[in-house]
Amino acid sequence: MDGYYHSSDLARFSEIGKGNKELWEKFSAYYAAVFAEGALTEREKALIGLGVAHAVQCPYCIDAYTQACLEKGSNIEEMTEAVHVACAIRGGASLVHGVQMRNVAQKLSM
Amino acid sequence: MGLSLKARASPLASAAEQLRILSAPNGFPRFEERMCTAGLFPLAATGITVFQINVGKLCNQTCQHCHVDAGPDRKEVMTHQTAEQCIRALATTQIPTVDITGGAPELNPNFRWLVEQARALGRHVIDRCNLTVLLLDSQADLAQFLADHQVEVIASLPYYRASQTDAQRGLGVFDKSIVALRRLNALGYGREGSGLALNLVYNPTGAFLPPRQEAIEAQFKWELERQHGVVFNRLYTITNMPISRFLEFLLQSGNYEGYMERLVNAFNPAAAAGVMCRYTLSVGWDGTLYDCDFNQMLELPITFGGPKHIRDFDVAALDRRRIFTANHCYGCTAGAGSSCGGSPA
Repeated sequence: MDGYYHSSDLARFSEIGKGNKELWEKFSAYYAAVFAEGALTEREKALIGLGVAHAVQCPYCIDAYTQACLEKGSNIEEMTEAVHVACAIRGGASLVHGVQMRNVAQKLSM
Repeated sequence: MGLSLKARASPLASAAEQLRILSAPNGFPRFEERMCTAGLFPLAATGITVFQINVGKLCNQTCQHCHVDAGPDRKEVMTHQTAEQCIRALATTQIPTVDITGGAPELNPNFRWLVEQARALGRHVIDRCNLTVLLLDSQADLAQFLADHQVEVIASLPYYRASQTDAQRGLGVFDKSIVALRRLNALGYGREGSGLALNLVYNPTGAFLPPRQEAIEAQFKWELERQHGVVFNRLYTITNMPISRFLEFLLQSGNYEGYMERLVNAFNPAAAAGVMCRYTLSVGWDGTLYDCDFNQMLELPITFGGPKHIRDFDVAALDRRRIFTANHCYGCTAGAGSSCGGSPA
């Protein structure tokens, strides 16, 4: 094995079901239901998926949800904004912990 | 503006070269095998309801995805004699719809004559319009002509934003298209109750499948009215066929195998059962008969029975003909499917 990530592995996702068919089928059904048209459109859900894919930094998810967003009719400007939302949440999550840093520093300092 | 494959002497200008690439083994089943599995092989026509006339390859644009390899440098246009043969053939039938395409069909000097004759026969006429042709000086009265003859306009607009539209169709095409759409709207096109149908066509602006038709139609209606005050009736989604200039794009961008895999994996038997070649007859600029406009561009004329030229037209034989299929047909059967009238499934 020459590395951990291979783009061709994305198409092999369902092979995980060979270890436990029942759990895979439950996950697949749940996954399909989550992304079906509902209170949110399929297009909106794909954009959320793209943002989350960047937040969890999953290259398979980024590949899949970039294509999904295009195939749901989104454009590069909307997709870029979705990535910025992920970036802002991740950045904000780091920065807000600065309050904890300040609390600790304040306690330790004279 | 770019040149056609033919003007660039590209190997892909050859239909034989395109078919060679499409038929090369790539690890996916041949289209015929997939149709067999779906119980749809051999595919047969179900009766012609659309008489599609491709009046030639001349166009005022050179779009990146064009399956015709049309452009200003193309000289192949239907003559008046062939146009007359089309009308004579049509008159012997009850085929309700005449669908005129190109290139930019309006640039053919026989276009208006064809429209007048087909309308005089009481047929519904469709003009497949690239919109910018309406702004040419030579076509200043075209929109009024189309309205006067109650021609349905099916117009290409791949996206509701300029960047994506211009990337596919050429710099400045989006803004011109909006001007043309406003001109059509001013005549009543796209407005409820006017009797003047204005339908748009969405093509993906890259190597991916189109969205669900109803969903993207709603998005287009919202964006075009909000941003540009433009209205229309229906949006048809059409999948890009892996032939001609779109095939060139796929090969040059390294997307060919991935795109074919996407089409093959998205094969939908319901879409395959409703493909347009089952109810369409396609007439080439030189009068040759084809099962569809894509077979026409791959120079695959009607093969299994039936006449090969409009002068030998025989509706009974053509109505039940067997249709020639090959791997490019995966483009019409993926997802919700694709046809000149949008998604069939």
